Amino acid sequence: MAQLAITAGGAGPAHRDGPSRADEAPVPQRKRRTPWKSWLLFLAFAGPNVALLVIFTYKPLLQSLQYSLLQWNIGSATARFVGLDNYTGWFTDPATANVVRVTVIFTVATVAGGMVLGLSLALLLNRKLRGTGLARTMVVAPYVLSGVAVGLLWLFVFDPNFGVLGAVLKGIGLGSPDWYNDPAWALPMIIVVYLWKNVGYVALIYLAALQAVPRDLVEAATLDGAGPFASFRNVVLPLLGPTTFFLSVTTLLSSLQSFDIIQAMTKGGPLQGTTTMMYQIYQEGFATGRAGYSSAIATVLFVVLLVITAVQMLFIQKKVHY
Amino acid sequence: MSLDVKSNGTVKLEDLPPLHNSSPDRRTGPAAPPPRRGRPRVGGYLMLLLAVAVMLLPLVWMLLASFKQRDEIYTVPIQWLPESFALSNYVGALAAVPFGNFFINSLITTMVGATLKIALGLTTAYAVVFLEFPFKKFIFGLVVFALLVPQQIVIIPNYTLVSDLGWINTYQGLILPGLASAFGTFLFRQHFLTLPISILEAAALDGASHWTRLWRFVVPISAPTIAAVALVSIVSEWNEYLWPLLVVDKAEMMTLPVGLTLLQNNDGVTNWGVLMAGTVLITVPVLVAFFLLQRRIVTGLTSGAVTG
Repeated sequence: MAQLAITAGGAGPAHRDGPSRADEAPVPQRKRRTPWKSWLLFLAFAGPNVALLVIFTYKPLLQSLQYSLLQWNIGSATARFVGLDNYTGWFTDPATANVVRVTVIFTVATVAGGMVLGLSLALLLNRKLRGTGLARTMVVAPYVLSGVAVGLLWLFVFDPNFGVLGAVLKGIGLGSPDWYNDPAWALPMIIVVYLWKNVGYVALIYLAALQAVPRDLVEAATLDGAGPFASFRNVVLPLLGPTTFFLSVTTLLSSLQSFDIIQAMTKGGPLQGTTTMMYQIYQEGFATGRAGYSSAIATVLFVVLLVITAVQMLFIQKKVHY
Repeated sequence: MSLDVKSNGTVKLEDLPPLHNSSPDRRTGPAAPPPRRGRPRVGGYLMLLLAVAVMLLPLVWMLLASFKQRDEIYTVPIQWLPESFALSNYVGALAAVPFGNFFINSLITTMVGATLKIALGLTTAYAVVFLEFPFKKFIFGLVVFALLVPQQIVIIPNYTLVSDLGWINTYQGLILPGLASAFGTFLFRQHFLTLPISILEAAALDGASHWTRLWRFVVPISAPTIAAVALVSIVSEWNEYLWPLLVVDKAEMMTLPVGLTLLQNNDGVTNWGVLMAGTVLITVPVLVAFFLLQRRIVTGLTSGAVTG
C-alpha cells in the first residue's frame, strides 16, 4: 500500500525533499557520535515496535505455515506431520466450492458495489446543494460504528415478521424473503449491511479526490461543448484513476477479511450460505478446533491477498502514470 | 457541523484548527454556489434525501425499538413509535450482563492500546527519519510490509502464544498482539519528512537529546497529524471484535462488542428491545464522539489515501 502515492491535486506536502534529507538529519553542528552509539539509539527508538511486529506478526506467519502441515487440534499436546494433506483436503472437499463461491460473490459485490455507490454518493455530495455537509456526516457515520452493533441492529431491520424492511416491502406489495433461513437471501443480506457500513469511507475518499480535480479543466471541457456526462467521463473519471486503484486495493483487502457482521448476523449459516474463507478459518480453528486445517486455509487466503496486491501494484505502475 | 474535506483535496493536516476548537466554517471557500437551473437541483435534493434516509433509518429503528415493550415489538403490522420512552429495556440490558465492566474494559484496552501504539509509531518514525542505522531501509520495509499481513491470518499462533503465557482473560492478552504500529509509523514518517529542519537544529544546539527533541519539538508541531491518526486508532480499537472474542471467555473481562453478543439469544427468540438497548449503549457514544470530532476523524481517514 505504501507505494500508492496518491496526490491527485498537485504535489502533496509529504514528498518535498524526499528521503535524502533524512540522511543529513543528525545535525552537523553536534560533534559526531561514534556510529554504534547512534545505532543503539536507533534500536532504542525503533526496537520495541519492530520486536512486537516480529513476535506477533512475522513469527506467527511462519508458524501458521508450519501448522498447516500438521494434523493438530487447538489446545492439544500432540500433533502429527501430514505434509500437504490439509491443503489437498481443502481443495478436494466438496464444501470448498461453496466457500469459494460465497467468498467471491461477497467480495465482488462489496468491492464493486462499494465503489459504484461510493462514487455516486461522492458526486452527489460534491454538488453545491444545501445540507451536503450534514449528509456527508450521515453517510460516513456508520463507518465508525462497531461491526457487531451494526450487524445486530440490521438483524432487527431484516426480521421477516417484525422488522421495518418487511413492512416496507409489504407496503409496496412484496412479501419479505426469509433472510434468516434461506441461504439465497442471507448472503445478499450481509452484503447490504456491509455496504451500508463501509460505503461512507469510499465516498469520503472519492470526495477528497473530486475536490482536487482542477475546476478549470472541467470548465474548459464545458466550453468545448461537453455535457456534464461527457466531461465526467472524459475529464473527471480518468483523474480519479489513482484513487480508484487505491480504493480497489484497500476495500478488497478489508472485504476479504470481514468477520464481525457475519458473526453477529448469520454465523456463517444458514447451510454455510454465508461462510467466507475468513469465516471458515475462524470456524475450523476455534469452533471445530482443527487448527492445522484452519492454518492451511489461512495460508491460501494470505497467498491470494499477496497475489492480488502484487498484481494491483504492477498494474498501478504500468497504468497510472498518465 | 460539516464534514470538511478540504477543497484542494490534499488535506493539509497543519491547516486544520486544533482539537476542540470551534473553528469558523471553512465551506465558504470557493465562493457561494451560483444559482443554477432548477430541475437538476430538485433531483439532487431528492437523491440527497434518499441517501440520508437510508443511512439514518436503521439507526432510528434501533433507537425506537430500544424503548418498546414486548407487545409493541412483536406486532403485525409494525408499530413505529413506542407508547412511552420507558427505560425498562436499558434496565434489562444492564441487569442481564455486566455492561459497566464491558465499558471499563473497552476504555482500558482502547486508551492504553491507542496511546502505546501512537508512541511506538512516533518513536519508530523518528528513528527512521532522524537517526542513523545501517539497515534502516530494511527496518522500515519490515514495518510497512506488516500492513499486508492481516491479523486474522495469524490468529491461531497468536492465540496459542497468549494462552501458553497464561494471558487469556487479561488486559495484556487483549492489547499486546495488536499493539505494533505499521500504518501510524508510515504516516508519521511521511509527515516528519516535511518538518522544518531548522527547529531541530536549534534544539540540537541547545544540547537537547533525541528523546527531548522528539517529545518537546517534533510532537507539538505534529499535533494535528497525531490527533488524526490517534482518533482513527481509537475508533478501530474500540470496535475490535475478533481478537477480544478469542482471548476472553469471562464476562467480567469482555469488551463492549464481545459483551453485546451475550444479549443475543441463540435459541431463536431474541428479545429485540433489550438487544437494541444494548446496541444503543455501544453505538451512541461513538456517534456523539464522531459528530464532535468528525473533522479530525475524516482527516485521519483520508490522510491514508492522500499521502499513502
